[in-house]
Amino acid sequence: MEAVVRVHSKTVVIPSSNIDTDQIIPARFLTTTTKEGLGLQLFADWRYQADGSPNPNFVLNRPESRGAQVLVAGRNFGCGSSREHAPWALLDFGFRAVISTEIADIFRGNSLKNGLLPIVVDDVVSQWLLDNPGAEVDIDLAAARLTLPTGVSVAFPLEAFARHCLLNGVDELGFLRARLSDIESYEAALPK
Amino acid sequence: MAPRTLFDKVWAAHEVVAETADTPAVLYIDLHLIHEVTSPQAFSVLKGLGLPVRRPDRTLATMDHSTPTSTEQVFGGVPIKVDAAAKQVRQLEQNAAEFGVELFGMRDARRGIVHVISPELGATQPGMTIVCGDSHTSTHGAFGALAFGIGTTEVGHVFATQALLQRKPKTFAVNVEGQLRPGVTAKDLILAVIGKIGVSGGTGHVFEYRGSAIRALSMDERMTVCNMSIEAGARAGMVAPDDTTFAYLKNKPRAPQGSDWDSALARWRTLVTDPGAAFDCSVDIDASTIEPMITYGTNPGMVLPIRASIPNRLGDEVFDKALRYMGFHGGDAMLGKPVNVVFIGSCTNGRLADLQAAARILKGRKVAPGVRLLIVPGSQEVKREAEAAGYADIFKTAGADWRESGCSMCLGMNGDTVAAGQYSVSTSNRNFEGRQGVGARTLLVSPFTAAASAVQGRITDPREML
Ligand code: SF4
Repeated sequence: MEAVVRVHSKTVVIPSSNIDTDQIIPARFLTTTTKEGLGLQLFADWRYQADGSPNPNFVLNRPESRGAQVLVAGRNFGCGSSREHAPWALLDFGFRAVISTEIADIFRGNSLKNGLLPIVVDDVVSQWLLDNPGAEVDIDLAAARLTLPTGVSVAFPLEAFARHCLLNGVDELGFLRARLSDIESYEAALPK
Repeated sequence: MAPRTLFDKVWAAHEVVAETADTPAVLYIDLHLIHEVTSPQAFSVLKGLGLPVRRPDRTLATMDHSTPTSTEQVFGGVPIKVDAAAKQVRQLEQNAAEFGVELFGMRDARRGIVHVISPELGATQPGMTIVCGDSHTSTHGAFGALAFGIGTTEVGHVFATQALLQRKPKTFAVNVEGQLRPGVTAKDLILAVIGKIGVSGGTGHVFEYRGSAIRALSMDERMTVCNMSIEAGARAGMVAPDDTTFAYLKNKPRAPQGSDWDSALARWRTLVTDPGAAFDCSVDIDASTIEPMITYGTNPGMVLPIRASIPNRLGDEVFDKALRYMGFHGGDAMLGKPVNVVFIGSCTNGRLADLQAAARILKGRKVAPGVRLLIVPGSQEVKREAEAAGYADIFKTAGADWRESGCSMCLGMNGDTVAAGQYSVSTSNRNFEGRQGVGARTLLVSPFTAAASAVQGRITDPREML
């Protein structure tokens, strides 16, 4: 995984709450055996019309959304299935961070492992972001702070280990494999 | 020692390295279940690093999500209709062979939905840690296991080390006392729980379902309840093992046998929450007040007693958007709404007890004209049992489509889908937009309600037909 230090970008807002992983990437696209190219199908059922053409009313299809790396969503983003295809699709599309008042557990873990920042903010900050699509925000991972263009700056929760891995591009698998001798001793002591 | 919860005991017994402020715990995984959709990229990582699956003996593979359910495609040599799905199936066959992982392949008599087959083999056991790249892994908590869904990166971690880095979740007691009334099922119970605490009420927590109503449930019913823990945001749900659990497991092919059984039983009996142990959170529910439940919106928390009417929430745009998607209006009664498709199956309600419930309603009756009833057993074993018990004949006589096992219309990956705009009354677990097909409108219910609605061709309170 590549290190992530800072994200500075305008936002795209999808105000719905409980955006589930079936919306982020519908199941019929999960037959892939790789991680690449899923950005094309991100939010497919909202983004494309029945004939396959882009839905001009959906925010991601509007010109002002181009290049945005931060997605602001309503409460409880990423609920539903464990499909890691959800963060893969968001990253492949170009997002680097998701902001909500609540982010579902499995999605959160999957995002952190792929360098997509799950950022939880309080209702006040969330409402401001929902009301101001396109706002330029700054996310400083080392300080775990989000700064709005108004100058308001808030801390967001980020577990120490996750932050360490993101900042240094540490691969958790390497960390786990360094514990293999502990794992072997644990196994040796298991009841037969 | 201070009193501990069931969860605390299972967690502590699997800590290879305890968590600190800076690092998560290294948690040992007893059983790793895999399927064709969330494993290919994890196998690719192993190949890239030149690593083996460290404990193939603790890994079990099946194919269920993208597999066909038509007998001709499974057994008759007719090619799998969906090309990419066929590729995924082949890839799992190759990966399992290359890495020495046991696979219940397409024509294996033990194949089925991953969360149905592991319990029926006796591979799921009390006190275990069980993971799978699938959020409904919470099902296995019905046995007093700590079982949760993981992403594909973590599937790779378990392949390579048989362990995971995890922060300890909080605990949440779901106390359900009293007796369920006739016609009210475990599915209604869990829908009522989700309705009460909401779809994110359990985030960051592990549920323990407790109380007399839970103790009275069979294992099939406990699995239905634990299955939907994730729909309330909890990654896992547990029920303390008891004589019901032990009777279910006894003599199952992969359960401990002989003297091993006795020592396992002695261990399993300690897996209860000690009196006085504290939970971080709790909710109390009176089972006798629960009615048959039905969802009316686009997440499982948008749920009502079947005789109720859809609420009005003036000015709530998210709520209105969900109703627009469903083609419903605030104030509508649910009873009597028309039905196009009925799906009975999935890891929530695709076990024998569920099919028995459906058969009870369908016996001597016919599916309403114009309604499609698809019944998909959770496993090939369930299929054989349902055929032996005569349920399959009842289904076919009623006009239902009786299939080979798999996830099928629960998520519509294999070509079994609901057309746009159609109403699907389903025993599965998610009514998300498009879950059963683009534009499909899903209403989640129990097998009783599904079967009753199929016969009447409209939403029906099953108690009228029992
Ligand atoms: S039946 Fe549905 S919920 Fe269960 S594992 Fe299959 S797709 Fe997932």
